[in-house]
Amino acid sequence: MAEYNMHILVCGGTGCKASESELIKSNFQHRLNEFGLSDEIQVVLTGCFGFCEKGPIVKILPDNTFYTQVTPEDVTEIVNEHIIKGRKVERLLYRDPETHELVGDSKGMDFYKKQIRIALRNCGFINPENIEEYIGRDGYAALGTCLSEKTPDEVIEMIKDSGLRGRGGGGFPTGLKWQLTRKSVSDQKYVVCNADEGDPGAFMDRSILEGDPHSVLEAMAICGYCVGADKGLVYIRAEYPLAIERLKIAINQAREYGLLGDDILGTGFNFDVEIRYGAGAFVCGEETALIHSMEGKRGEPTVKPPFPAEKGYNGKPTNVNNVETFANIPVIINKGPEWFASIGTEKSKGTKVFALAGKINNVGLIEVPMGITLREIIYDIGGGIKDGREFKAVQTGGPSGGCLTKSFLDTPIDYDNLVAAGSMMGSGGMIVLDDTDCMVAIAKFYLEFTLDESCGKCTPCRIGNKRLHEILEKITEGNGKVEDLDRLRLLSNVIKDTSLCGLGQTSPNPVLSTLDHFYDEYLAHVTTASCPAGQCKALMHYSIDPDKCTGCTLCFRNCPVGAISGERRAPHYIDQSLCIKCGVCVAKCKFDAVLIG
Amino acid sequence: MNPVSDLIKNLADQHGRSRHNLLPILQGVVEQEKYLSEFSMTEIARELDLPAAEVYGTATFYSFLEHKKMGRYIIRICKTITCSMKGKNQVLLAIEDMLKINVGETTPDGTFSLLQTNCLGFCHKAPAMLINNEVFTDLTPEKVRDILSTYMKKKGASYDN
Repeated sequence: MAEYNMHILVCGGTGCKASESELIKSNFQHRLNEFGLSDEIQVVLTGCFGFCEKGPIVKILPDNTFYTQVTPEDVTEIVNEHIIKGRKVERLLYRDPETHELVGDSKGMDFYKKQIRIALRNCGFINPENIEEYIGRDGYAALGTCLSEKTPDEVIEMIKDSGLRGRGGGGFPTGLKWQLTRKSVSDQKYVVCNADEGDPGAFMDRSILEGDPHSVLEAMAICGYCVGADKGLVYIRAEYPLAIERLKIAINQAREYGLLGDDILGTGFNFDVEIRYGAGAFVCGEETALIHSMEGKRGEPTVKPPFPAEKGYNGKPTNVNNVETFANIPVIINKGPEWFASIGTEKSKGTKVFALAGKINNVGLIEVPMGITLREIIYDIGGGIKDGREFKAVQTGGPSGGCLTKSFLDTPIDYDNLVAAGSMMGSGGMIVLDDTDCMVAIAKFYLEFTLDESCGKCTPCRIGNKRLHEILEKITEGNGKVEDLDRLRLLSNVIKDTSLCGLGQTSPNPVLSTLDHFYDEYLAHVTTASCPAGQCKALMHYSIDPDKCTGCTLCFRNCPVGAISGERRAPHYIDQSLCIKCGVCVAKCKFDAVLIG
Repeated sequence: MNPVSDLIKNLADQHGRSRHNLLPILQGVVEQEKYLSEFSMTEIARELDLPAAEVYGTATFYSFLEHKKMGRYIIRICKTITCSMKGKNQVLLAIEDMLKINVGETTPDGTFSLLQTNCLGFCHKAPAMLINNEVFTDLTPEKVRDILSTYMKKKGASYDN
């Protein structure tokens, strides 16, 4: 980025792209052309900035001005005011939600203050479709160092010293995994990148591949060098078209530059990467299932051992790591394992990317040091709960995890503390729930997901989860009994103990964790047939308060099933036998006359 | 020769004929044909010298490999938790109402198929859907009607609405 004196970075992540970031970029280029500035100012379509709540984002360097919710029409004003006259366009600046002050410099935003970006270091800074920009930010330097100055064992030692653990959910020490694959003797070995991200609420792997695909390719090559593999495979889910496109571009560019292929950097090391596409099966994120899928079989897991490090793809030793894990590798080599190990807690080093979604003000992607508290994530970075409601819980680890309640707000987050709290790190999806979310319904939701995605190979997972779901269904419909709660717990434990793979072994976690923390809520469903959060439709009862109803007929006209009757200017009435509890009348009533109970 | 047979032969030439090339070939057929017919599956089995049951078993395992005739545009709306919290149901109703089909069905003229799918990974921009390979996020009933209208115009399909 040397010859330009100013850079306009436009977010080109999928979220912002859907909001016309391409058009914003071309508008910028047109306007700059008109002023003859296109040689001095560069417009770059970057990866995701993470602050998706207020997208599309436009950032201007060198002064770090951070414009939010920019539309293609705003471009002229930004160019005329900011670029030409040097005056920031205030109405597009980020406004601190508490102090209501304008924040001109993105470094001053609470959202970024507590973040340390390692895996996401280039997301939002470089054009992911241009390898030169990656190289300009120390890209492929780590690969060069490894190939020319270090032996594979030395590199593995570095990774071990860094304390990096798998970011896909399991948390297995990465250096150890590499060492195991290295020790396996074989004529052919493989490096596999697991990009089959499917946890509800997680989208960091997509963002990394969209925003910085070269970091993953570089790390795969380093891994290949360490374990003795010359072939890499990226298994990516078909649901991520933009990530696939950018990965393809990156692979081709790396080949052109001699950073993939034969005799990399003249060192005699060969390594090439191929893409394999998933076809919509969550269980393929499990490494043995993923390998079977790449072999052209049903994506069903098998019992470990043998581990892929001994017998993986085509029966050869295979090292499988997740996208985010790989993205950390080049930085560890460049900055040294001591630096990496200085961040985080005793047993969990470095940072973790979390995807914030649900009832939180700043949804988006954040990268924070391990050991940060939930409170800091939710309130300082996340900006608190939407609509000023009350925090109830956050679900981490997707369908394999559990919920963390208020009492865990000050627990430092790392692999071990989350497991101790009855949840797990998982891939880092955080779904924030407020007091209007029913925990029984949430548990049921995750089980629905597991039911869909269970491969059906082993009985406890296939049938056990079905039964669990049926019991939850019964409870949310008001037909549950107190004994059902014990049955839920018993069945959950059986499924956990007897399932074949990680999916089944963890699938009852959402049930167990909600039972532990919100037993009262379950009890209310089974004893008084009521839903304290007011979410379970079957347990709700809509009626009209005759004192408040003005007889405006709005509910009557909007009711989809004709359950509401009444004369104009006289109180209306809901026929309970017809009511489908859709809630339209509540939404339409201007006088809060519809009561839910 | 049947065009599907040609396609399968070309795909096999391109990817290779060993077992681990099965998935790319299945995906190639789905990309062109939108689904795998029994005929396609037996042809693939013949081409790769595999039992047809193996091909069928593999194909039906994956939710993105349809084995029922699909429309030109496959709409996959995310049904997972965040999208549901942000009003996926209203969006789904709007689509069903506009296309006059239910989930799992295809419009009579073969333009659209409507499916639900698990998490698409766009939870920060919920609700989200895919139409073939294109992602649409932050959906509202109004927005989804606009999107579908554009698709209808694209192929000159006509609907009474």
